[in-house]
Amino acid sequence: MTDAIQKTATVTRAPRLTLQTVLPWLLGIAFLGLMPFIFDSNSAITIMNQMMITIVFALSYNMLLGQGGMLSFGHAVYMGVGGFFCMHIMNMVETRELPLPLPLLPVFGGLFGLGLATIIGSFSTRKAGTVFAMISLGIGELIAACSVIIVVFFGGEEGISGDRTYGLPVFGIEFLRQVEVYYVLAFWTVLSALLMYLFSRTPVGRMANAVRDNPERAEFLGYSARWVRYFSFCNAGFFAGVAGGLFAINYEILTEGNLNLAQSGVILLVTFLGGVGFFFGPILGALVFTMLQTVMSLQTELWQLYLGAMFVATVMFFPGGLAGVLMMHVPAIRLGKLGRLVVPYAKTLIPAAIAILGAIILLELTFHTRHAVAGDTTVRLFWTDLNSHSLGPWIAGLAMLLGGFLLARRSVPELTAAWHDANTPEGGRA
Amino acid sequence: MDLIAINLLDGLVTGLLLFLLSSGLTLIFSMMGVLNFAHASFYMLGAYFAYQISRYVGFWPGLILAPPLVGVLGALVERYGLRRVHQYGHVPELIFTFGLALLIEEIVQFFWGKNIVPYNEPELLTFTLFSIGGNAVPAYKVFMIFISMGIFLSLLYVLTRTRVGMIIQAALSYPRTVEALGHNVPLVFMGVFGVGTALAGVAGVIAGPVLGTFPGMAYLLGSIVFVTIVIGGLGSLWGALVASLLIGWLTTFAASYNFEFATLLGALGLERPVDLSDSYLADLWTLTLPQIGPILPYLLMVLILVFRPYGLFGKRDV
Repeated sequence: MTDAIQKTATVTRAPRLTLQTVLPWLLGIAFLGLMPFIFDSNSAITIMNQMMITIVFALSYNMLLGQGGMLSFGHAVYMGVGGFFCMHIMNMVETRELPLPLPLLPVFGGLFGLGLATIIGSFSTRKAGTVFAMISLGIGELIAACSVIIVVFFGGEEGISGDRTYGLPVFGIEFLRQVEVYYVLAFWTVLSALLMYLFSRTPVGRMANAVRDNPERAEFLGYSARWVRYFSFCNAGFFAGVAGGLFAINYEILTEGNLNLAQSGVILLVTFLGGVGFFFGPILGALVFTMLQTVMSLQTELWQLYLGAMFVATVMFFPGGLAGVLMMHVPAIRLGKLGRLVVPYAKTLIPAAIAILGAIILLELTFHTRHAVAGDTTVRLFWTDLNSHSLGPWIAGLAMLLGGFLLARRSVPELTAAWHDANTPEGGRA
Repeated sequence: MDLIAINLLDGLVTGLLLFLLSSGLTLIFSMMGVLNFAHASFYMLGAYFAYQISRYVGFWPGLILAPPLVGVLGALVERYGLRRVHQYGHVPELIFTFGLALLIEEIVQFFWGKNIVPYNEPELLTFTLFSIGGNAVPAYKVFMIFISMGIFLSLLYVLTRTRVGMIIQAALSYPRTVEALGHNVPLVFMGVFGVGTALAGVAGVIAGPVLGTFPGMAYLLGSIVFVTIVIGGLGSLWGALVASLLIGWLTTFAASYNFEFATLLGALGLERPVDLSDSYLADLWTLTLPQIGPILPYLLMVLILVFRPYGLFGKRDV
């Protein structure tokens, strides 16, 4: 009897620190530390700063959506309110000589986010699912609308702005240069990500998963589903506030745009594109989304259309997001059969890419003919000039779309067969 | 007295317009258990389709043709989008409709641009029908009331007095039994989704000329429609009607009475600070009712969800 108990005790003990669990974090830290040396231009650092803020925010959002099963349409509120408080503190440091070094600001952002989340969560986490989504939407709209009314705190339409360089110098650093801000952000990103990861491994974090999957059963085990959700919600609020603090440090301005439904929608999009099922999904989503946003918005006016289409396609066909798609290949890698997928993948994905390119050409041409100034006939696309008033580009686009689509469709059965083959152990049946 | 009458009329127009949207939304919800975030986007599509049609053949054909077009589009979305996502559960469904709302807004901008389009009421209805205390009531407003009322009555008739309505009502509560009796329940679902979105389309067609036809119109009305059906009680048609009218009147009255909160604070015995710019309560002293009018529905919804989660008329929890 005692033997059996001891046995279960050893089995359920938390896994020890191994190189495998620590390595991704060490690599991440090294990567973050070295990035400014590789990409040292100011614009690159600006993009990376934005990525890090989005990572913290998306990870905090995934605490609700991915780990707790709560779909929120108002998560931007916690980031925004945390950020607004940070802006006020930053201004107080300047006007009242508050002795607070700038790098500590995100803690206060987090605390204010936590404070708001404890109030809102006390009634909104009673139910998950649609009720929670609706309350979060209502609260989100309420606070976003308040930002125009409560001018003292939210600064009305122009928002609240400040200057991070007027504070105390930290070890002689005054945060005049982007790269100094970068390292502050990098520190907080790693710390928050680590804490959020560790939270997901605690009993509360595990119970959050249980409550997400089957609240009734969790209740039968003696856990209050509501309290478990409440804990997740407060934690998510804290880290959203930290993200708000980082935002305040980096941009030195917060406006109504940081609070509204559009912002909450963006973070849902980022998290879902990255994949809600895995811890690293939102990180991936934040990186890819920020890259796409920066690159595409420079290239085309239609980037939001592409993004929306991508989002809807993800929800319909890959509910696991990017991370889900990547992790689908793990069994094949374990079996050592990933190589067998390369050729079928190339046969399907290259024509598919051509089809998408054709669709993009057609869309851009249509958009151009409808909205461009009269006389302007050139569409610049992928470093080539196309004439929207001649027939050539239209035919080429259509041919690429149809040809690519048909070719890709023809090789789908081959890909499916190869997929089954790669996921079956040698000698096993498909 | 005149002000009250004119506000009652304006609130009625807003309320009935909201009802056109919320009735479809609440029907769809009670059938499929999914809140269609893109519902207001179909309302926008209705307005744009009618605008496009009216450019060629005038307003009236647009009124007839645009709603069915929107309905067909809605049915296609249900058949090829929502039904596919349904297998993953309710939260992905909600995310899907949210993504769809974003996508439709972008598509509308793609075709018609970001600016407001010149979609106007028909010339036949541009005259002033009557006036209350010097406030002119355009005939178009009365026309909107009649259209909405007509649709409400026919909806009620179809749902409660016809065979199709009986099947729909039965499919609401016992989909499996209805299926076992030989009815094609997925087809019923698709039909209800189509009709619901078509109703939103009608709302768009008649509201477009008054509220303006622009890519942000779905966003402006979208969340209010949610608020309406949550307050009314999800799945309840009467609840949707009462809540629509309530919100219509609430926002209209709040917008037209310039009640200052300073009066209230004064009545409570508080002294107005001499220099407002230095006070933390400055906003409270300058606050007026029209300012907080737009947030009243959200406040009401949060209160309802906290204290009476099944809404005013709903029978079940959200």
